[in-house]
Amino acid sequence: MIGDRIVLMTLAAGVILAVAYGYLRVGDRVLAGLPHAWHRRLAPWLFVGPATATVVLLLAVPAAFTVGWSFFDADGEQFKGLANYAHLISDGVTRIALRNTVLWVVLLPSFAVLVGLTVAVLAERVRYGALVKITLFLPIAISAVAAGVIWSFMYGYQPPGAAQTGTLNAVVTLIPSVGPIAWIIDEATNNYALIGATLWTQAGFAMVIFGAALRSLPDELLEAARLDGTSEWQAFRHITLPFLRPTIVVVATTMTVIALKAFDIVYVMTNGNYGTDVLSTVMYRALFTAKDNGLAGAVATLLMITVIPIMIFNVRQFRRNSREA
Amino acid sequence: MVTHADPIASKDNRRVVATSGAAGSRLRRVPVHVVVLGITAIWSIPLLGLVVSSFRPSWAVLSSGWWESVTLPGDYTLANYGRVLGRDGMALSLFNSLAIVVPATLLTVVVGAAAAYGLASMRFRFRGGVLLLIVALIIVPVQITFVPLLRAFNALDLTGSFLGLWIVHLGYAVPFAVYLLHNFFAAIPRELFEAAEIDGASRSQTFFAVVLPVARPALASLAIFEFVWTWNDLLIALIFLGGFREVAPMTIAVSQLVASRGNGWEILTSAAVLSVIVPMIVFLALQRHFVRGLLAGVAKG
Repeated sequence: MIGDRIVLMTLAAGVILAVAYGYLRVGDRVLAGLPHAWHRRLAPWLFVGPATATVVLLLAVPAAFTVGWSFFDADGEQFKGLANYAHLISDGVTRIALRNTVLWVVLLPSFAVLVGLTVAVLAERVRYGALVKITLFLPIAISAVAAGVIWSFMYGYQPPGAAQTGTLNAVVTLIPSVGPIAWIIDEATNNYALIGATLWTQAGFAMVIFGAALRSLPDELLEAARLDGTSEWQAFRHITLPFLRPTIVVVATTMTVIALKAFDIVYVMTNGNYGTDVLSTVMYRALFTAKDNGLAGAVATLLMITVIPIMIFNVRQFRRNSREA
Repeated sequence: MVTHADPIASKDNRRVVATSGAAGSRLRRVPVHVVVLGITAIWSIPLLGLVVSSFRPSWAVLSSGWWESVTLPGDYTLANYGRVLGRDGMALSLFNSLAIVVPATLLTVVVGAAAAYGLASMRFRFRGGVLLLIVALIIVPVQITFVPLLRAFNALDLTGSFLGLWIVHLGYAVPFAVYLLHNFFAAIPRELFEAAEIDGASRSQTFFAVVLPVARPALASLAIFEFVWTWNDLLIALIFLGGFREVAPMTIAVSQLVASRGNGWEILTSAAVLSVIVPMIVFLALQRHFVRGLLAGVAKG
């Protein structure tokens, strides 16, 4: 079986490269045989066509279908109007998921900006700056599944009196008269615990982006401020922070999208139990447990609507950049 | 343009300013050290715990915290890894992940590079429209496509197959791929493309002989990004591979280990380590490229 996989992988890689090469070379030659006007008109599509077709067939068209089906019943046969949406708002489970998704969208971007910015700024001021950067950087490569295992282990809970093998509870119980906390079961803590685990994997992203932005901050600005006797904090507050505002927006929107799509870590750590559902886990169950395509479509549409402002922002930003270029 | 892709690099002149000063200012800097060391601890301890636990025998994991193994006479063991790999399908899952990720990544790079070249070097009708569509779709929640795609894939008998998964990963990655490479290609002087065409090279010859070699750093960034991203995906694999154990990648295999209670932490942690090794090697060996891709893809957005 393992041998099969290696063969498949190698074969697929070879076929992809050969087909891509053949398609472009032969396509080019075929187009060259056409009248000039046709050649000019079609040649770009030889290159752009496959990607455009992929995006239309795998993203745009399915998205349109999903939105359409969200007004139909479970099998997509009977029109139900807004019934699926009404169900979403009235249903206790989805209400909790909505509340939690809002919690994710508020907390994850805030803390990612806070931690990423703090490390990017302060690491320049201590001799072991490279060390803290690497420790934040490593988890970027770790899957949410592995992070789920890592943090379930960190949050490990044993009844009071037993040896606490979970790191966090071992620390907490050092405080006199404080008992262990069931971090991922207790509804007072579990959503924060999941968001914290996600923050652990994402803060490095924020740090890298802030680090690059800081490196483009003109030194003269800060030097001048220091010569004027401005304190470090004031220089940060009045020079660095305004300079970084566009970067903060970029990091915050990226993290917002990640928070909206959050699924893996919830699936692994709680599977949505104990009041930790988010929109994605609700959709997953609607799709596979309830087998209700209409309801699943409504949840997905809701997710889609929430990212539309960010989409518009990105498109505007892109148009502005290309006009400047 | 991003010139410094090294995340660890720092500005030396600023450090001089910050560290000069009398003992009084050193005292004032204590909070800085507390914050930085605190963050370092919070971010490194979970990884340390994971790795240490994965080498501890099960009785030790049950009775004491991983940090105590430093003081207890350490009898570490490789047995956990042997048990994980010996489990049905775990070793296979490692190769399933490779069989999913490598072709999917290659497909994305090839399709993305061709499109980015076309968009950056040619002027044609709907060019602006295609670009805007792609930019808008970069952040589309993939969930919006699940229901119709799943139906179509069921009808085409593509669910549970690697081919199906390559196709969906391609679809989800193309907007980012085109966007990232387009930014790079747009910065290449157009004379470079035109010079080759004046020499009589066809567009595809120019693409393969001139453009791709010049774009190698950008292609590498994209490839690494996609490799790590696809390797770490759980949701898309869950949706489109269904419950077929023999095609499950590492993320599904590990999440199933977690779900089937009764596995000790020593098993879960060593499985997690195994699932992390490949992307970690790729990531660390090629981190400059990764960071460049990240910055080009995000910071310009």
